[in-house]
Amino acid sequence: MKTIADLKIGERGIIVNFTDEGLSLKLLEMGCLPGTQVTMTHIAPFGDPIAVKVTGYVLSMRKDEAATIIVA
Amino acid sequence: MKKLPKIALIGNPNAGKSSLFNSITGLRQKTGNFPGVTMDMLIGKWHLDNGGDAEILDLPGIYSIYPKSVDEQVVINILANPQHPDYPDLAIVVVDASNIKRNLLLFSQVRDLGIPTVLALNMIDVAENQGIVINSVKLARELNVEVAEVNAKKGIGLNGLRLAVNKTLESGYNSNDSLPMEYSHELVAEIKQKYGDTDDYHALLWLSEHDNLQQFNTQQRVGFDKLQEKYGWNTQNAQSKETMARYAQLNEIVDNCLHQMPVEDEVVNTWTDRLDKIFLHRFWGYFIFLGILFIMFQAIFTWATYPMDLIDGGVAQLNDFLKSQLPPTKLTDLLTDGLIAGIGGVLIFIPQIAFLFLFISLLEETGYMSRVMFIMDKLMRRFGLNGKSVVPLISGVACAVPAIMSTRSITSWKDRLITIMVTPLMSCSARLPIYTVLIALVVPEKSTLFGIFNLQGVALFALYLLGFFMALFSAWVMKILLKVKERSYFIMELPSYKGPRFSHVMFTIWNSTKAFVFEAGKIIVAISIVLWVFASYGPGDAIEQAEINVKMQNPTLTGIDLENKIAAQKLENSYAGHFGKFIEPAIKPLGYDWKIGIALITSFAAREVFVGTMSTIYSLGGEVEDENATVMNRMRAEINPETGKPLYDAALGFSLLIFYAFAMQCMSTLATTYRETKSWKYPAIQFFYMTSLAYFSAFIVYQFLK
Ligand SMILES: Nc1nc2c(ncn2[C@@H]2O[C@H](COP(=O)(O)OP(=O)(O)O)[C@@H](O)[C@H]2O)c(=O)[nH]1
Ligand SMILES: [Mg+2]
Repeated sequence: MKTIADLKIGERGIIVNFTDEGLSLKLLEMGCLPGTQVTMTHIAPFGDPIAVKVTGYVLSMRKDEAATIIVA
Repeated sequence: MKKLPKIALIGNPNAGKSSLFNSITGLRQKTGNFPGVTMDMLIGKWHLDNGGDAEILDLPGIYSIYPKSVDEQVVINILANPQHPDYPDLAIVVVDASNIKRNLLLFSQVRDLGIPTVLALNMIDVAENQGIVINSVKLARELNVEVAEVNAKKGIGLNGLRLAVNKTLESGYNSNDSLPMEYSHELVAEIKQKYGDTDDYHALLWLSEHDNLQQFNTQQRVGFDKLQEKYGWNTQNAQSKETMARYAQLNEIVDNCLHQMPVEDEVVNTWTDRLDKIFLHRFWGYFIFLGILFIMFQAIFTWATYPMDLIDGGVAQLNDFLKSQLPPTKLTDLLTDGLIAGIGGVLIFIPQIAFLFLFISLLEETGYMSRVMFIMDKLMRRFGLNGKSVVPLISGVACAVPAIMSTRSITSWKDRLITIMVTPLMSCSARLPIYTVLIALVVPEKSTLFGIFNLQGVALFALYLLGFFMALFSAWVMKILLKVKERSYFIMELPSYKGPRFSHVMFTIWNSTKAFVFEAGKIIVAISIVLWVFASYGPGDAIEQAEINVKMQNPTLTGIDLENKIAAQKLENSYAGHFGKFIEPAIKPLGYDWKIGIALITSFAAREVFVGTMSTIYSLGGEVEDENATVMNRMRAEINPETGKPLYDAALGFSLLIFYAFAMQCMSTLATTYRETKSWKYPAIQFFYMTSLAYFSAFIVYQFLK
């Protein structure tokens, strides 16, 4: 299963589902809906956190949080 | 007088609420009197043509009505409680057109709370740049709400907005729309029966967020818990389902009203992308951050000294003037040495605090601060902190009171608690005068390190580093000790870079300084007065006898020397002197005598009184020349009666420095910790762990250097 954490810089994915219910509410509220396109834009110096472009803005999250978002 | 209708500006962070607020009110605004809140919450007036004036409220940004951090809770506490004095008669939901779906989620929740709502469609220019065109007439029809297109930054579309507000205020709220999600009507009926009549959505909001709502007491909260159990209510699940259901509705509406034109992806946000390549770089990112910190501290420690000297001189002159004009009574002493000296001790810190917050607000306004959080998160997390802990830790260098308040944006309770607990270890500006005096005493002025760095400067810098590393270390220990099963998360927006707005910067400076003056200030002033009493009165008539005794024992002394001797003997026989002697056995292992004991005791309330107490002990009654120099000379001349050598040698000096670096000697900070954690347990732990740390570190240093 590919997640946002697996994306390389510049790579895109479409959100399919979430694996963590507790986080999914916050992610939904931030506009990460299933079917939305995300683009990896930044990876912090020590590989964590990461930032993605989603619905026109940049959203940062930790790597383990990104790993709960399944993309295709 | 008729009560003015209240209009609240609600919206996502960065949707343009504050810009709209500024455009509407001009500069006629005042800070809201929200208890314990330092975020940008402003109240202003808006003239509505036919409806008279309205009061308009700028609230902190939220993404939904389900709060994730303490500053978001403030907004929800207003919206959830129709009896709240700030509950709005109308809400203007500011919607960022370039991110409309996410913004409409909040809109739909606010509307369902039954608050008459107007939608201000903002950032249309930004949306257009991204090829997004929105048909606002259609949007108004689909959402059954008045929609006004505005440009909050340029102040365009305010007339249309006013019209929409007037219309909505007249017609009131009358939507029969049912809630988009499924829920148990039986449950809602029971909530209404127990907690008062309301609409369904408020009832459900109370049920799921009751722990965060101040309107409910413990008993009522337990009642909600029971209801949740009885109906098998799962808050997380219910909120996720509701959010999905809302998006399902909004998807359809947005599809009908929004037209996306093809654009080249890469055009968007190029400036921000380019800057981020540098600011988030694995080397340059940290390099630039350190550089900015360096400039910041340079400013605090050099530029701020000019206004500080002015304040210092002003207060001294005022006191001299009063002493020369007023009769020499105890009351005059209380006014000058007690009250005015105390107020002066507060005012002296304002320049440094103002400078620090000038920098912090500039960094926040431009969007750079979130980049710092981004590159620091991984490092800070190792120590049980969080990328967002960077701001409180930096602010702690000025004053722990506003620093602790700035932890409210940290979403995880555990991270926030640890940040609050360790922030006072950062060397605040109140420690600076103590450091200065003691370093001057024990570090030779002329010597340098490697021939370039002034050794005194190196010592000062080392103390700041020491505080920082001790904060990290303590955080790491607490991370291991604190067994909280709660996940910390770091999902946040990285806003695009922008130029800072002067009014916002000024507002932040004003607010933080105010927090210091009123929170810390009143305690410091009160303590100064208590101190004066303790140092001026003593048991029995020993104090009255002091003058006669001294004169008898030293018949040749005259003038200032005589006055000093008398004053010192008075102090020795005062309550403060007795206290100092009482604790002497406990502080002997650290190298301190009873005189330092007095200073220690007095500075447990506020450490800035150390230098003042020292000057009382060593030079009270003397002329006000250069006060510090006098204290220092007199301290330097002190002889240790046991060894016959100078008392303030390296061992004692460093022992005191370490003690003051680590000890929790600030009642205002403890009070702030209490307020922010809502429990006496945490300030108690904070006091105990920091003071033990100080005691044992000072002990080791003294025994080692002795
Ligand atoms: N291009 C553009 N920028 C805007 C508009 N409205 C606000 N801004 C900018 O968006 C940023 C965030 O606005 P602000 O009022 O602080 O948002 P708040 O967080 O909702 O209070 C500021 O830099 C504003 O100058 C607009 O209509 N168009
Ligand atoms: Mg704002």
